[in-house]
Amino acid sequence: MRIGIDVGGTNTDAVLLGDAGEVLAAVKTATTSDVSGGIVAALATLQGKHAFDPIGVRAVMIGTTHFINALVEARRLAPTAALRLGLPATASLPPMVDWPERLVEAVHGRAYLAHGGHEFDGRKISDLDEDELRRHAADMAAHGVRSLAITSVFSPVSAEFELRAAEVIAAELPEMAISLSHEIGRIGLLERENATVVNAALRELAAGIVDGLTASVLGAGILAPIYLSQNDGTLMDVEHARRYPVSTFASGPTNSMRGAAVLSGVGNCAVIDVGGTTSDVGVLTRGFPREATTEVSVAGIRTNFRMPDVLSIGIGGGSLVTGTPDSAAVGSRSVGYRLTEEALVFGGSTLTATDIAVAAGRADIGDASLVAHLDRSLVRAALERIAADVADAVDRMRTSSAPLPVVAVGGGSVLLPDVLAGSGEVLRPENFAVANAIGAAIAQVSGEVDRVFTIEPGRRHEVLDAARAEAVERAVAAGATPNSVEVLEVDEVPLPYLPGGATRIRVKAVGDLQLHGARAGAPEVAGV
Amino acid sequence: MSDPTGGHRLQRLRIEDLADVARGAAVLGTGGGGDPHIGELLARSAVRRHGPVELTALAELPDDAVVLPVAMMGAPTVMVEKLPSTEQVGRAVEVLTRHLGLRVTHIACDEAGGVNSLIPVVAAAELGLPLVDADGMGRAFPELQMTLPTLYGIKGTPMSIVDEKGNAGIFETIDNTWAERLARTATVEMGCSAMISNYAMSGAEARRSLVPGTLSLAAAIGRTITAAKGSDDPVAPVVDHLGGRLLFTGKVVDVARRTTTGFARGEARLEGTAEFTGSTLLLQFQNENLVAERDGELVATVPDLISTLDLASGEAVTTETLRFGHRVAVIASPCDPRWRSDAGLALAGPRVFGYDVEPVLIDLAAGVPA
Repeated sequence: MRIGIDVGGTNTDAVLLGDAGEVLAAVKTATTSDVSGGIVAALATLQGKHAFDPIGVRAVMIGTTHFINALVEARRLAPTAALRLGLPATASLPPMVDWPERLVEAVHGRAYLAHGGHEFDGRKISDLDEDELRRHAADMAAHGVRSLAITSVFSPVSAEFELRAAEVIAAELPEMAISLSHEIGRIGLLERENATVVNAALRELAAGIVDGLTASVLGAGILAPIYLSQNDGTLMDVEHARRYPVSTFASGPTNSMRGAAVLSGVGNCAVIDVGGTTSDVGVLTRGFPREATTEVSVAGIRTNFRMPDVLSIGIGGGSLVTGTPDSAAVGSRSVGYRLTEEALVFGGSTLTATDIAVAAGRADIGDASLVAHLDRSLVRAALERIAADVADAVDRMRTSSAPLPVVAVGGGSVLLPDVLAGSGEVLRPENFAVANAIGAAIAQVSGEVDRVFTIEPGRRHEVLDAARAEAVERAVAAGATPNSVEVLEVDEVPLPYLPGGATRIRVKAVGDLQLHGARAGAPEVAGV
Repeated sequence: MSDPTGGHRLQRLRIEDLADVARGAAVLGTGGGGDPHIGELLARSAVRRHGPVELTALAELPDDAVVLPVAMMGAPTVMVEKLPSTEQVGRAVEVLTRHLGLRVTHIACDEAGGVNSLIPVVAAAELGLPLVDADGMGRAFPELQMTLPTLYGIKGTPMSIVDEKGNAGIFETIDNTWAERLARTATVEMGCSAMISNYAMSGAEARRSLVPGTLSLAAAIGRTITAAKGSDDPVAPVVDHLGGRLLFTGKVVDVARRTTTGFARGEARLEGTAEFTGSTLLLQFQNENLVAERDGELVATVPDLISTLDLASGEAVTTETLRFGHRVAVIASPCDPRWRSDAGLALAGPRVFGYDVEPVLIDLAAGVPA
C-alpha cells in the first residue's frame, strides 16, 4: 500500500493505493493553517473509510503548495544573501537586479560579488579568492543573514567553485544554510541564481514544514519514508526537500495531470482540471506533462524552472454567470472560496457556474430547489459558452491534427459536456476529484543531465550515450529501481559560434521508486 | 525614403523606452541576434547611472562627425550565463578611439536586432555620447562583413575587441571577411563573448551607408506589441507596422538542429492553424531565420526579414527557444532595398548561406500597407 496526499490552498486530499495501484479509498478534508492539522485529519478520515495497518504502508507521497504560496505572499522568508562568483564578469547586473522591490525587502536580500566562475569550456574566469569570501562571510554575519545562495558562472559546466566556496563559508559560519545553483537550475545565470535565492529564502520554512509532515505521518503510526512531489511530477525524499523546497513549485498542476493519466489509462491526452476559479489545460505525452517553452515568472521573479505548459482560462465552479440566453458570459470573475456563502444553491445571491451545473442536473450540490426557477435557456446558453471556451483552449494546446483524448478532472469538471467539439469524448475517470493526490502517489523518480558537452567529429553517439548513462545513474541514486529506468527525453542544442562542436545536451531518465517499507532508523514507537 | 517609424522618431532613450526597444529589436533580430533581455537590463543599468541617451537622426549627422559602431560578438547562450559588464562595452570604444587617435562624437549600431540594438545604448550612456538612430543592416546577420557599409567599401577594421577580464586587441585586416574570421577566433579564446567596435566612419559615410530610424522603429514595434497584448490578434499590428506579410500561423511539430561551421543550423516544421489549417511550413535557420517554404513552395528568403512571433503575446521567439508545441506566427517584412541589389544578394542572399534558391522577396510594388 501507499498513500498520496495533496495539500492545496483549500482542500487536503488523500488516497490509499493498493500494491497494484488500485484506489482503495479517497478522501477530501479542509486544509488547515498549520501543515500538520489537515494531514492528520485526512489520514484519520482515510483510516475511517478503509481500515488499514499503518505498518503496511510502504511510502507516503505529498504534493504541497506551501512553498510557492509563501513566496507569492512574501511570508516566512529567511534573511537571505546571494553570493555570485564571476568577477570581473557580470558585475553590472548584480544578484536580484530584476526582482520586485517588495520581495527583495521580504528576504532582506543582500548581494555579494566575488572572483571565480568558469568559461563555457571549463576554463576559469578568475581564481577563487578565499580571503574575499571570508570578508563577505563576516559582513553576512554582521547583517544577520541566515541563508545563502551561491551561484558561480557556468557552474552547470563546472561546479568546482560553488562547492569550494560553500566549504569556505561553512567553516566561517557553520549555522548558515547554503544552496548551490548547479543543483537547482540550468544555464542562464540570472534565472538560475533567482531560483537559488528563492530556494535559500524558503529553507527555514522547509525545515518546519518537513518536520510537521514527518510528525503527522508518524503520528498516524506510519513508518514508511515520505516523499514530496517536484515540478516535473517526480519525487524527492523528504531530506532532499529540506534543501530544495523550490523544486515543489509546480507540483500542483503536474500531479493533477499525471493523476488524470493514470486514472483514465491514457498516457497521451489533454487534461482539463476545473477548479473553483480557473480551468487548467495541459497536455501529457507518455504520461508526463509537456513543459512550457517560455521563461516562467513566479511572483514576478524570472526563473528557468521547467514548469508544465498549462493554459489557464477563467472558468471554474465559482465563476460568475451573467448576460442573457442570447449572450451568456461565464467568468473570468469568481466568488472563489466564498462559493458556499454566495452561490444560489447555498442560499446566496450570486449566480455561479455551480448553480448552472445543479440546475442542469449535472451535479448535486447544496439545495437544488434554490435554482429551480432559473431560465432553462440561460442554463443551456451558459453550459454552451463553457463548452466552447474549453474546446478552444484544448485546441490551442494541441500539437497535431491527430485526435487527442480529453480527460476531465477536478471538482468543477461537472461543468463540461460529454463531447467536446474538435476533440471528441470527454473521459471522466473515477475518483477524478482527487486526481492530484493520486498523481502524487504514483510519481516516479528522475535523474537529469543538462550541460555543455564537446562533441568531436564522429563521436556524437558516444557523447550522447555517456549523457544517457549519467542520467540513468542519477535516477538510480535518487531511488529508482535500476531495471525500471528509461530515458524519457534527449534534447540536443548545438551552440552557435562555439568551437569543437559544443552542444548543450539535456537528458532526463525516469524510473519507478524502489519501495523499501519502513524507514531505516525509524523510531520504534509511533508516537511523537 | 519613407519614414519607417511612422512619424514616431525618438529624441532620446529613457529608462521607460528600453523595454519596448528590446521587444522590437527581438522582432528585427529574425530569430537570432541574441536575447535582448540581458541587453535591456544592461541598458537600464547604464541609463539609470548616467541618464537618458540622446538620439541623433541620421540625416542630421554633420559631415565631419566621428561615428563608432559597437556590438557584442559571441554566442548568445554564453551571454546569458557570463553576463557582460557595462564598462566592457565602453572600453571597446575607448580602445579603438585610442588606436585611431580621433575624438569620437557619436556611437552607432552595427545591427538592428536582438542584443546588438541595446549594447550601443550602453556604450553611449557610459561614454556620455549621442547615439545615431540608425544601424548597418536594418536587421540582424550572423557575420561581421554582412553590413551595408561593406557594400559602400567602408572597412570593418581597424577593429577593437575586448573581454570582461581586461584583455583587448586591435585587428587590421585586408578585407571585412578576414575581420570576421580573425575576430571570431579571438572571441572564442576570450570565452565566447566579447565587445567589439568597428566600421569607424565619418558622418558623411554614415549618412550614405546606414539604415535610418532603427531605434525609433524598434521602440515603435515594441509599443505596438505592448499595446496589442491580450487582444485577439497581437500579430497583425506588428505585420502592418513593418509593411510585412503574414506567412503562416501554426504549431511547431518538429525542430531539428545540427551544428555546421559553428552556426546553429536547423529547421522547424509547423502545422497550420486558423486560415492555414491543413498547410505545413518549413522554416530553415542558421541563428537567424533564412528560408520559409509553405507546402513545398518558397514564400520568403533572406535578405527579407522572417520573424517568428508568439501567437498569444506577439513577442518574438528566437530560434534557440523554438520548441515542439510552440504556437507561433511567421511573418516576412521587406529588407532595406540595397540588400536587393546584385552586390547585396552576393553578400547576404540565400546562396551565401548555402541554399541554392533564387531569393523570394516581398513585392514592394504590390502596395505595402502604410
